[in-house]
Amino acid sequence: MSVPNISAFYFGAISLILIGLYAVLVKKNILKMLIGLSIMETGVNLLLISIGYISGKSAPILSEGIEPNQAVDPIPQALVLTAIVIGVATTAMTLSAAIVLYKHYGTLNVEEIRRLRG
Amino acid sequence: MVSVLKRSLAIITLLIIGYWLAQGLAGVPFGQDKMLVGHYYLDHVKEQTGAVNAVTAIVVNYRGFDTLGEVTVLFIASTGVGALLWERKKRRTAKTEGSIVLTTGTRLLVPFVMLFGAYIFIHGHLTPGGGFPGGATIATAFLLLYMAFTMYEIPHKAFEKTEGLVGMGYVIVGLIGLAIGGYFLFDWIWQTWGWGHDNIGRLFSGGFIPIIYILIGLKVGTELSGIIDNMLKEGVKE
Repeated sequence: MSVPNISAFYFGAISLILIGLYAVLVKKNILKMLIGLSIMETGVNLLLISIGYISGKSAPILSEGIEPNQAVDPIPQALVLTAIVIGVATTAMTLSAAIVLYKHYGTLNVEEIRRLRG
Repeated sequence: MVSVLKRSLAIITLLIIGYWLAQGLAGVPFGQDKMLVGHYYLDHVKEQTGAVNAVTAIVVNYRGFDTLGEVTVLFIASTGVGALLWERKKRRTAKTEGSIVLTTGTRLLVPFVMLFGAYIFIHGHLTPGGGFPGGATIATAFLLLYMAFTMYEIPHKAFEKTEGLVGMGYVIVGLIGLAIGGYFLFDWIWQTWGWGHDNIGRLFSGGFIPIIYILIGLKVGTELSGIIDNMLKEGVKE
């Protein structure tokens, strides 16, 4: 089992994904789990952006002085633009579900909620 | 004891997933040119869409239909928040007014935050940003108002009407394209009328990208403000 040789940017993005997943798996408070989900989302977005990066090239805005062959891949950036907006929407949905859960059970602890549901 | 066991199990799972991800990414070199279809977009973006910013050209023009779906997802999410947090009668229940720093800062900053949001979505085809970040910036201004003043509420009637009209506007722009060019979201301003061919890189260019991004910016701004409003108000019993 050899250690894979990856760039520091991929390593950082994967670490963010794993930190978020750890919070989702271990934490008991729903809000902390949602924070973990947001961190995971950031990690995935960073991973996509860093896959599209090309060393030494600039942002894909072709204003004066930037030729088409001097820009990085625009498609991952367009994809991430979409992903961020959908992330905001799902975060709002899950947070309001958490508000409803708190009103109903009086707690945000998942184990408590499981017990109270009976 | 159980907690320690659970934690170590989680860490082992994470290490396996991390190793697997890293193994997969080891075959993807960082910083090298891996573009397949990206080259086509970069080479043709100026003549085909008139926009300088390739990212927004892809989001609004080449893949405009996806963006319509995305706006729909946002709309469904805001409707879902409204449905989940529905009460017969809702009111602001904050008890203390914001501190003097917050209220004075809000009074000073809100117009500028809104102006900046509008700048971001009007210049979507030229500078980084576009309708979605611009709309989010405008919603931030309303969040500031909610935080600073206990009695503040957004003008609901006007916001709901704007939201509906703007969403319809996007579809209407697409349908005009269908009527003129033969397919939904055809860029009639750039392709048929040929407006703005002389000033690529200035404000009046980019075909229908600025129009659609203004519509998206207003829609995202009103929708996110509505979500904030739904979350901050609490139901009161009669």
